[in-house]
Amino acid sequence: MKVLVSVKRVVDYNVRIQVKSDGSGVVTDGVKFSMNPFDEIAMEEAVRLREKGKVTEIVAVTIGGAKNEETLRSALAFGADRAIHIKEEGEVQPLTAAKAFAAVLKKEGAQLFLCGKQAIDDDANQTGQMVASLLDIAQATFASKVEVDGAKAQITREIDAGLETLEVDLPAVVSVDLRLNEPRYLKLPDIMKAKKKPIETIGLGDVGVAIEAGSKTVKVSPPPARAKGIMVKTVDELVAALKSKGLV
Amino acid sequence: MSKILVIAEHSDGKLNAGVAKAVAAAQKIGGEIAVAVLATDGAAVAAQAAKLDGVAKVVVVNNAANAYPIAAVLAPQIAELAAGYTHVLFPGTTFGKDLAPRVAAKLNVQQVSDIMAVHAPNKFDRPIYAGNAITTVEAAAGTVVATVRQASFNAVVGEGGSAAVETVSVSAALPSHTRFVKIEAQKSARPDLQAASRVVSGGRALGSSENFKVIYDFADKIGAGVGASRAAVDSGYVPNDMQVGQTGKIIAPELYFAIGISGAIQHLAGIKDARTIVAINKDPEAPIFEVADIGLVGDLFTVVPELQGKL
Ligand SMILES: Cc1cc2nc3c(=O)[nH]c(=O)nc-3n(C[C@H](O)[C@H](O)[C@H](O)COP(=O)(O)OP(=O)(O)OC[C@H]3O[C@@H](n4cnc5c(N)ncnc54)[C@H](O)[C@@H]3O)c2cc1C
Ligand SMILES: Cc1cc2nc3c(=O)[nH]c(=O)nc-3n(C[C@H](O)[C@H](O)[C@H](O)COP(=O)(O)OP(=O)(O)OC[C@H]3O[C@@H](n4cnc5c(N)ncnc54)[C@H](O)[C@@H]3O)c2cc1C
Repeated sequence: MKVLVSVKRVVDYNVRIQVKSDGSGVVTDGVKFSMNPFDEIAMEEAVRLREKGKVTEIVAVTIGGAKNEETLRSALAFGADRAIHIKEEGEVQPLTAAKAFAAVLKKEGAQLFLCGKQAIDDDANQTGQMVASLLDIAQATFASKVEVDGAKAQITREIDAGLETLEVDLPAVVSVDLRLNEPRYLKLPDIMKAKKKPIETIGLGDVGVAIEAGSKTVKVSPPPARAKGIMVKTVDELVAALKSKGLV
Repeated sequence: MSKILVIAEHSDGKLNAGVAKAVAAAQKIGGEIAVAVLATDGAAVAAQAAKLDGVAKVVVVNNAANAYPIAAVLAPQIAELAAGYTHVLFPGTTFGKDLAPRVAAKLNVQQVSDIMAVHAPNKFDRPIYAGNAITTVEAAAGTVVATVRQASFNAVVGEGGSAAVETVSVSAALPSHTRFVKIEAQKSARPDLQAASRVVSGGRALGSSENFKVIYDFADKIGAGVGASRAAVDSGYVPNDMQVGQTGKIIAPELYFAIGISGAIQHLAGIKDARTIVAINKDPEAPIFEVADIGLVGDLFTVVPELQGKL
């Protein structure tokens, strides 16, 4: 069974985000980028499924500019066999990304599409569901457990009410949540090996997708600042402060 | 004029509280508001939806396939119901987040996630980068499909209204590739995290599920809901549905206690809309104190029981 994993290049989760003063976006110059943490979990899961003998080939795919090659090299170091770089320097919104991934999934004949439940830059939480919708196949979002059994899979999902289990027929889209696994630490030999693995570079047009007019960013602003707080020294002072605000 | 369809989330015959918040967002957009209830027998839920302030019509689709909400099953029905509407809104819960993109793709439109303010019928604010930036976006032409951020809108009143209820049937073919197996729901007598006006959260500092009793006891004393940091959930002290933050629940209580929580940006993303944040942490340098309205440096295991005794 073949698995396709999407990996997005995003501002590293440790970076303190600064909004540009002209409101055109956030500062990305000189900022550290890395693979979307949820996509690392998706990669890890693909590798674990292969270790369990459920998966034979792992293909990583990204959409983005030249620098996305770094992200693909990380995916290859995790254990992807090969990678596809859909090169696009401009903006790609979720429906467009989903159309491209759906086309690749079909062309590759992959049985499973693993992706992060959300990318930590735009926090859209859409792409996986859209891929499933476009192909009319099953989806299981926010996965915290994935068990593949022949042509079916059982997936446990983290939802507001607790833990839900679905059974899906393959092919299916699974978007992963944080507690699915803990991604391994990439070792130097794997990083070296990854340099020799093949990356196929194509354009959106090669998978029959064109950039369409999507939603337009009017401006980006910093969140409203909170008023400065106070420090109290004792529990009695804390109780007094709460009382003075009418909170208890 | 806008025609807005709000998709009802419900379970056990009860309308989810998030729906009244989505209706509030619909009122901000302005226009005629309908609520869609997809169920096996949607009468009871429809009756609740019909009472919501501002709702003109409730559309019910009864089908045995809707016994349990499965996105792949609901999406084609909603895409069909959406004909004639300018907007389709979903509560920004895991139900809405799972389902809305599936509907948007069927309608061939981009989706606007987590709207937190409405500037115009097609112009919204939404958070990006865990709420560290707010982007104002203008939706493209076509149906606006959006999820409504729960912490940003006050629920409309659910008593006065008397909308017409209409049962309709849809012809969309429904898939059978996704089957519900089970749900392990945490039944709690405590106030629901997302609706509670007071929330007490504990972090890694609690050290064990037994020690979390300190948090539960204090919460019960002040009638609060209980939340947790990711570290506390990952360590197995508490179940996943208690996680507060970028990837957990986004909450907006009047009063929030962060106890033994360092204040990572991903955690703060979940509490930015809390009216008053109280932090108790033994490290005076903990980043949580930068956002706290009231901070106290101290050991939670002595401070919290003392506080409980004095309230
Ligand atoms: C120059 C520029 C301008 C932009 N302007 C706008 C704008 O005007 N309006 C707007 O809404 N957005 C804008 N964006 C954001 C862009 O459209 C987002 O990347 C897009 O919305 C995807 O959202 P997401 O990553 O949060 O998707 P999600 O649905 O949260 O992503 C979920 C998963 O899908 C996969 N995935 C998604 N995208 C990719 C990818 N490119 N490569 C690999 N995997 C991927 C990943 O596995 C990810 O974990 C702009 C971006 C750029 C670079
Ligand atoms: C993609 C991604 C998404 C994430 N999403 C979330 C999310 O949704 N929610 C979330 O919470 N986190 C999230 N995280 C994790 C986040 O980055 C932090 O790791 C996490 O919030 C830390 O939890 P904590 O504050 O309990 O633990 P720590 O950071 O370990 O802090 C423990 C604190 O307790 C204090 N302490 C210790 N002992 C005592 C004592 N006896 N009395 C008082 N204080 C004491 C310490 O001084 C310290 O400040 C996410 C991370 C990533 C990468």
